[in-house]
Amino acid sequence: MFYREAGQFKTDYASDQAIFPILQDRIGLAIIFVVALAIPLAHNDFLTNAVMIPFLIFSLAAIGLNLLTGYTGLLSLGTGAFMGVGAYACYKLTSIFPNVNIIIWIVTSGFFSAAVGAIFGLPSLRIKGFYLAIATLAAQFFLEWCFTHIPWLYNYNISAAIEVPQRELFGIIVTGPRATAETRYYIVLAIVVVMTWLASNLVHGRIGRMWMAVRDMDIAAELMGIRLLPTKLLAFAVSSFYCGVAGAMVAFLWYGAAESTVFNINQSFTILFMIIIGGLGSLLGSYLGAALIFVLPIVLRFVPEMLGLPLHAATVEHVTFMTTGVLIIFFLIVEPAGLARLWQVGKQKLRVWPFPY
Amino acid sequence: MHLLYMIFIDPFVQMGTAPDLLAQTLWEGLVGGMLYALIALGFVLIFKASGVFNFAQGIMVVFAALTFVGLHDAGVNAFLALGLTIVVMFGLAFAIERSVLRPLINQPDIILFMATFGITYFLIGFGEFVFGGDPKVMDTSDLFLPKGSITYHTLGGIVQLQKLDIAAAIVASIMVAGLAVFFSKTRIGRALRAVADSHSAALSVGISLEQIWVIVWFAAGLVALVTGIFWGARSDVSFALEVIALKALPVLILGGFTSIPGAIVGGLIIGVGEKLGEFYWGPLVGGGTDAWFAYVIALVFLLFRPQGLFGERIIERV
Repeated sequence: MFYREAGQFKTDYASDQAIFPILQDRIGLAIIFVVALAIPLAHNDFLTNAVMIPFLIFSLAAIGLNLLTGYTGLLSLGTGAFMGVGAYACYKLTSIFPNVNIIIWIVTSGFFSAAVGAIFGLPSLRIKGFYLAIATLAAQFFLEWCFTHIPWLYNYNISAAIEVPQRELFGIIVTGPRATAETRYYIVLAIVVVMTWLASNLVHGRIGRMWMAVRDMDIAAELMGIRLLPTKLLAFAVSSFYCGVAGAMVAFLWYGAAESTVFNINQSFTILFMIIIGGLGSLLGSYLGAALIFVLPIVLRFVPEMLGLPLHAATVEHVTFMTTGVLIIFFLIVEPAGLARLWQVGKQKLRVWPFPY
Repeated sequence: MHLLYMIFIDPFVQMGTAPDLLAQTLWEGLVGGMLYALIALGFVLIFKASGVFNFAQGIMVVFAALTFVGLHDAGVNAFLALGLTIVVMFGLAFAIERSVLRPLINQPDIILFMATFGITYFLIGFGEFVFGGDPKVMDTSDLFLPKGSITYHTLGGIVQLQKLDIAAAIVASIMVAGLAVFFSKTRIGRALRAVADSHSAALSVGISLEQIWVIVWFAAGLVALVTGIFWGARSDVSFALEVIALKALPVLILGGFTSIPGAIVGGLIIGVGEKLGEFYWGPLVGGGTDAWFAYVIALVFLLFRPQGLFGERIIERV
């Protein structure tokens, strides 16, 4: 009823191949855009700075990992470190060339991350599955060690951390402690939307199909003429590019400072949770997963307060951990294919409503 | 030239001139490696029987140790606390089988892997909720474990061995031997090996998968308890040990996911390699290399032998 596509005719191939072929989807997307643009108007600093900005950044990182794990089938636990490479690269670039537009450096830092990712992706030709995941742990721990033991990376700061300098863009302060949450939010939103659009084109095109062929059966893909090494390395590079940009945004547009612990192994696991809960091989799933894993603990923290339970802060922390664990298992049991699949099922239900089928 | 000398010559000169230090480093590496091997052993037990890559094994170690210390601190007799902890680990195995494994039967590996993350989160939250988040000190004297150290004056110097470490080595050997006998001689052990070979074939000859899984997770829980006690006796018990538990992963790569001897040999190699690397080569790059050394060993190793030292050869068909 709500999703009936009756009367929507496709008269050319372009409309047949459209990513959102149904009018209702396009309307829904437009509404989401309007809401996203309107959020800073609420002037709620907590909502903008502590919920929306990190949510968007994590979504981008999740898309990055999803390109690698969900689309190409290569499990990686080095996401946090690749994000870190982006952040430190961006910091070095803007320190050396302070007059260049900071947005350019945030995006460029992704290329450094991509190069590092491709190097650590080399073993993927020989190993796969959990073995590869552990191999990427080598990247995670080695890079994390580099972030603390090479002082050049953080400009020999005493705090051993990135201290984001103030940068202006057309007279507006964009980064640094004096940048407003609204400005940073709009920049993050713009970058994330553009890069999602690029990712969507990538996975719907020839490259995406190559990746998916490799995921489904790499030997069969090889027999069909897909060269495995370039394909897998490209997946590593593109994935790390996305993670690197996300990492640069974490440091420059969210925290305003970052030390190596921001990019530790737990960060890698968090992003992996997001894509598994959200749905492997789904861009929408990356967003849904990021929303669930990142926003859920924040919400859970407020629940006891709302119910009027006087709980200790530490207790709330422990209960949040427990609930997150239970919810992960619950969602896996309800729908192992992820929230994106749940949305598909729901859409079908809406389509035939009020009839059961 | 100097750098090459520092990398390839100097460490060996040091080893030759101070053999007591070398022996001490080797011993510490072996002890550390034994603990890695024990965690890896828990992984292997579960992976063999249920095909689940159990990420929660490290947390089960901490959880078991925490339960034991928590009960002991509450005034329970040490051996009673040990017994109660074993009961708790059995309950945990049972609960995991019922609430996680059974509903997720026949799902892809990565989903089960993810589910063990859920278990990890739950156990961290639950453990801290019940026993508090502060690091705890484990007192093992009530379990009649020896304290202090033995000092040998050999090799032109002093080599110090902690009695506790020797006890740990003995207990671990007994446990591994016991497991080996259990696996090869008993009826349940044979059933376990059948399940490891093929789930459906095991089902068809009347082996109950559910029962086997509970037993395997319980066995892994027991291994976790033993590991936790010896580990906790060396340092405080807290969930900060979680990161060290990740060290068991390169051990698995070295030894292969399905091989118990592999887990033990791999653990010892990683432990010794890490200590030697940090002691002789670490200062060259500013120290702290033990954070990643094990993983890099594993990574290099993987390139030459993807199935591990004792793993079965990977055969792929299209």
